[in-house]
Amino acid sequence: MLELKDISFSADGKKILNHINLKIDNNKFIVMTGPNGGGKSTLAKMIAGINIPTQGKILFDGEDITTMPIYQRAQKGVAFAFQQPVRFKGITVKDLIALSANQQINEKKMCGYLFDVGLCPKDYLKREVNTNLSGGEIKRIEIATVLARNAKLTIFDEPEAGIDLWSFNHLIAIFQKLREQQEGSILVISHQERILEIADEIIVLANGQISKHGPTQEILPELLHKERCKFCIRQEESI
Amino acid sequence: MNKITKKLLSMVSDMDDLPENSAFNIREDSSCAGRHSTEHVEIVGKTDVPGIDIRIKPNTKGESIYIPACITKSNVDDLVYNDFYVGENADVIIVAGCGVHTDSEESSQHNGIHRFFLEKGAKVLYLEKHVGIGKGTGKRFINPQTYMELAENSYMEMDTSQIKGVDSTKRTSKAKLEKGAKLVIKEKIMTHGEQFAETNFEVELNGEDSGADLMSRSVARDHSKQVFRSIINGNTNCMGHSQCDAIIMDTATISAIPELTANHIDAQLIHEAAIGKIAGEQITKLMTLGLNEEEAEAKIVEGFLK
Ligand SMILES: Nc1ncnc2c1ncn2[C@@H]1O[C@H](COP(=O)(O)OP(=O)(O)OP(=O)(O)O)[C@@H](O)[C@H]1O
Ligand SMILES: [Mg+2]
Repeated sequence: MLELKDISFSADGKKILNHINLKIDNNKFIVMTGPNGGGKSTLAKMIAGINIPTQGKILFDGEDITTMPIYQRAQKGVAFAFQQPVRFKGITVKDLIALSANQQINEKKMCGYLFDVGLCPKDYLKREVNTNLSGGEIKRIEIATVLARNAKLTIFDEPEAGIDLWSFNHLIAIFQKLREQQEGSILVISHQERILEIADEIIVLANGQISKHGPTQEILPELLHKERCKFCIRQEESI
Repeated sequence: MNKITKKLLSMVSDMDDLPENSAFNIREDSSCAGRHSTEHVEIVGKTDVPGIDIRIKPNTKGESIYIPACITKSNVDDLVYNDFYVGENADVIIVAGCGVHTDSEESSQHNGIHRFFLEKGAKVLYLEKHVGIGKGTGKRFINPQTYMELAENSYMEMDTSQIKGVDSTKRTSKAKLEKGAKLVIKEKIMTHGEQFAETNFEVELNGEDSGADLMSRSVARDHSKQVFRSIINGNTNCMGHSQCDAIIMDTATISAIPELTANHIDAQLIHEAAIGKIAGEQITKLMTLGLNEEEAEAKIVEGFLK
């Protein structure tokens, strides 16, 4: 479904992504991990169209989308949950979910997305997506809005960051559910072993290059044994 | 009532027909197109100057009073004085609003001078909406002046908005507050083209524990110009807050000029002003939901002024 061909990206004279080749097949649940600053978010934004590669090609369902504007990719089925969600004055959670769903969506369905991320719809639908929301709240709202997209390819950039243990368990459940009823592919950027565990494939991105990519059974043990403390912390240990 | 008045009425007061059982006065091209008083709310025409007196009896609860003004053609120069006397412990909603329609190259203007006298414990929600419509090139001017005197423990909230079509507006709102009185003003303005909008707030906090919260949200597009001035004088133990939050677009100009004066050691006065363009990341986020740049911008502005 998605193919990156020899992608490189530089900003401010610094090479951030270096000759990346990557294929994501249909109906896969893929987790990308790697050290901070390795280029994961940069790569995810490139798929969403926020960054345009300085070299290489991006194909989505066989179509060259390398320079296609963000909104057209979105319309073709790319959804992206930001690592740092954007805040708006005056736009409510309800407005944002409705925009994401891009069709008439009933309130019951909207509530369902909020329930999934552990937020009580009654308290949140009318809230503004502004600076009054806590870090964990806005993060969960971001996930809910992206779930409402029902996209072919959904990218979550560190969805677990800043959310509490209870919601984290919820999140795992959401991903498991998505994985089961999957009608598209999911790419999650994460540092959490419990998210890595449920992946079909794991990608390790370090120094702007893919250092590992393969089935979870193969990659995860390697990560856990060799590079354990480097970037995989168990959620339980981190709190 | 003519068709244009009807259209303007529905725009400024969400009113499709004359409200039944409510007190109202409809002003059309400087004359009265309908008036109705109720048991608790009496509306009478002034004899010395154009305008009306609205007397709301003490303890009147839950009534809404409508006093829209419409100008339906070019070349009207309307000036009106409306005085509201709100009795002790009354709790009412007043819906004002003004629509100006010009159909030729001649201008029209409405200058509404509204005075509010709130007695002890009275509570008023004052809603005011201003619009300009019509294909004529004649300029549409609306210059509202609002004077408010708030007696002990009274409360007034003024929600005012001007979203469309008014070429020039100079709005002055002055208030004097006695002990325990509270004033909230929420203003929303959008200007485009060559429009000009000026806001002047002037509040005297005279009574202990009085408080004022003045909030303005505005969007200036194209080559329009906005000036926001807020003067708060804290003359005793009181709280004053003014806030100007503006989005600037294209080649517009926005000024925010606060003037806070504390004349007492226990006066707490705050002014916040933020002027800036729409954050790029907000547009990006909405684009990732499938909106193009223009749609994203429109959505952000719509939310901001909601
Ligand atoms: N626009 C930019 N200009 C300059 N440097 C950038 C830009 N965007 C990212 N970088 C740099 O590129 C590197 C990769 O950043 P990126 O955000 O992709 O890392 P990441 O793998 O997502 O890290 P983390 O795990 O901390 O989220 C970092 O060193 C970052 O500072
Ligand atoms: Mg990142």
